[in-house]
Amino acid sequence: MEYIPNIVFFVLLIAGIVLFTLNVKKIRRNILIGKPVDRNDNKSERWKTMFRVAIGQSKMVTRPLPAILHIFVYVGFIIINIEVIEIIIDGIFKTHRVLSFLGPLYTILIASFEILGALVFLGCLVFFLRRNVAHINRLRSKDLDGWPRSDANYILMLEMSLMAAFLFMNAADFRLQTLQFSHYNLGLSPNAFPISSHLASLYGNASIPSLVMAERSTWWFHILGILAFMNYLPYSKHFHVLLAFPNTYYSNLNAKGEFTNLSSVTNEVKAMLDPTFIPPAAAEPHRFGAKDVHDLTWKQLMDSYSCTECGRCTSSCPANITGKKLSPRKIMMATRDRLEEVGKNMDKNAGKFVEDGKSLFGDYISGEEIWACNMCNACVQECPVNIDPLSIIMDLRRYQVMEQSAASNELNMMMTNIENNGAPWQFSPSDRLNWAIEN
Amino acid sequence: MSNEPIHVPTMAELTAKGEVPEILFWVGCAGSFDDRAKKITKAIVRILDHVGMKFAVLGAEEGCTGDAAKRAGNEFLFQMQAMNNITVLNGYEVKKIVTGCPHCFNTLKNEYPALGGNYEVVHHTQLIQGLLDAGKIKLQDGANKGKKITFHDPCYLGRANEEYDAPRSVLEKLNAELAEMERSRENGFCCGAGGAQMFKEAEKGEKEVNVERTEQALELNPDVIATGCPFCMTMMTDGVKHFNKEEKTKVLDVAELIASQIHK
Repeated sequence: MEYIPNIVFFVLLIAGIVLFTLNVKKIRRNILIGKPVDRNDNKSERWKTMFRVAIGQSKMVTRPLPAILHIFVYVGFIIINIEVIEIIIDGIFKTHRVLSFLGPLYTILIASFEILGALVFLGCLVFFLRRNVAHINRLRSKDLDGWPRSDANYILMLEMSLMAAFLFMNAADFRLQTLQFSHYNLGLSPNAFPISSHLASLYGNASIPSLVMAERSTWWFHILGILAFMNYLPYSKHFHVLLAFPNTYYSNLNAKGEFTNLSSVTNEVKAMLDPTFIPPAAAEPHRFGAKDVHDLTWKQLMDSYSCTECGRCTSSCPANITGKKLSPRKIMMATRDRLEEVGKNMDKNAGKFVEDGKSLFGDYISGEEIWACNMCNACVQECPVNIDPLSIIMDLRRYQVMEQSAASNELNMMMTNIENNGAPWQFSPSDRLNWAIEN
Repeated sequence: MSNEPIHVPTMAELTAKGEVPEILFWVGCAGSFDDRAKKITKAIVRILDHVGMKFAVLGAEEGCTGDAAKRAGNEFLFQMQAMNNITVLNGYEVKKIVTGCPHCFNTLKNEYPALGGNYEVVHHTQLIQGLLDAGKIKLQDGANKGKKITFHDPCYLGRANEEYDAPRSVLEKLNAELAEMERSRENGFCCGAGGAQMFKEAEKGEKEVNVERTEQALELNPDVIATGCPFCMTMMTDGVKHFNKEEKTKVLDVAELIASQIHK
């Protein structure tokens, strides 16, 4: 009987890990729906980019306040996970603070977890206020109406609760230790509890059984909360905590101005210009540009799962700032929403996608949005995890123009001029040098 | 002075004479046909002539790089243009290209290599910076001394190719006061012409992008808004007119500012 809590703990732990793994695998499968693109070259530059941008948070610093708060939460998230190792061992083996034999090092560890825990709490609290009280356009935007706004708030509330549970657990533990009660009496230095020793007074004159109850319930809340949080990630924008690393590793390392040259087009153009050119054996039938998520590359799809909807892209987009419908953030959110829909479709149909009459272009992203883009790369520059919304817009435009012939009249005129006169305006190529002789 | 007829050698002429220029000047469509941009073209020619750099243009053999077509989604047309241009450039065995248009610059530099066109491509501000650093251009004192100049980063020079310093380093030589807009360099704000917007009406919105950008520039109350792109030139000039500030604030290309102060 006395091991029942440990068995329950073990079963929940395994269930949590299995469920998480299954969901991550599903996301991996969804990402791999995308077309191939080679991002395995130049490994040293890729590692450097990941260290700089994801680990070093180099692109966050342009906005100092959120950057500092984010550093609290980010460092806290990583460091406090060391504590989880102890919690898991204690949970399985019915030990209490199994790592306390580390002595002074343990004091330092626990003390730093507490300080970080408090900073995470503070960071999340300010984030919560920024989202819900302050008037920050990118966080108030209609892009976030509905689920995305709730998602963000759930995460912040959960993180605050987890940190509060951790600190109140230590506070009860500290008080029990001071009372030299049973196995709590580990003789730990009070310095291990720089925050919780102050919170302990909130327990007033609570009896030993209620303190034990408080310690146990916060312990369980904390670890079950972590398992729940982990399993919430795949359903949430918060998945960026994991994908930020691969997503920056697989960044586009070319100049931002360099857009891909479609090789399918190259073969056709070569055949047109040179009758002796024999195109390589026809690959699978292709579509020019992208109509749906299947036509995007796996990196573009990974981008959509890496997006945490911070809206820096949109807040720097000249089209959006001047009131156009385009929002690069919304492009990424729409891509993910559609990809999730396609994924669910595959789940229902034994892993095969069954045509559902919908597509990314048309049902999720409109012409008005993609045609408002200035292709200025402001969004790409801004993204703290190197997401490239512009490449998706480019591919949707290609589909519109090359498959649907749906360019506006003005653009068609420009293109006809290029075709006929070699210039976007109606001037004769023979007049190209007139500027030199004109007065 | 900026409108005198000048003789500009073409690649065809030089080749016929058995000569090889040091650099090809890629004029671009705007530089060839747009009345305002033609003045920038001439300023670049005056600088090249001044330093005695042997150059040539393609003239009638030059065709649109295809930038606007590509960004409008027409990859076919882009690649047709690219391959035709590459045939011409490779035919003349061109090694080095200078252009006054960041869109041509970006396309030639980044998008032509995979299609068989490999050249050293520089933007005119980079070339001018090199000439100034090498002491090949001596500037007269005066004209812009003490004036307030702000540089508007063209997206396809700046973010697209991370060239922020060359134009600024050139402008510094004018002994003017360089003022930065709040959104500059990496955070520069598009003039509104990129992504083929130059050739279409803007989508529905509250404001034109060029008006917003010009407003940002005019907050500094500058004497000159300098830029390095013929499309930015159009957009910023229209923007300044929109605010009726053309008396106070001129929109000038970096090449024009330098050409006007070349020590004769």
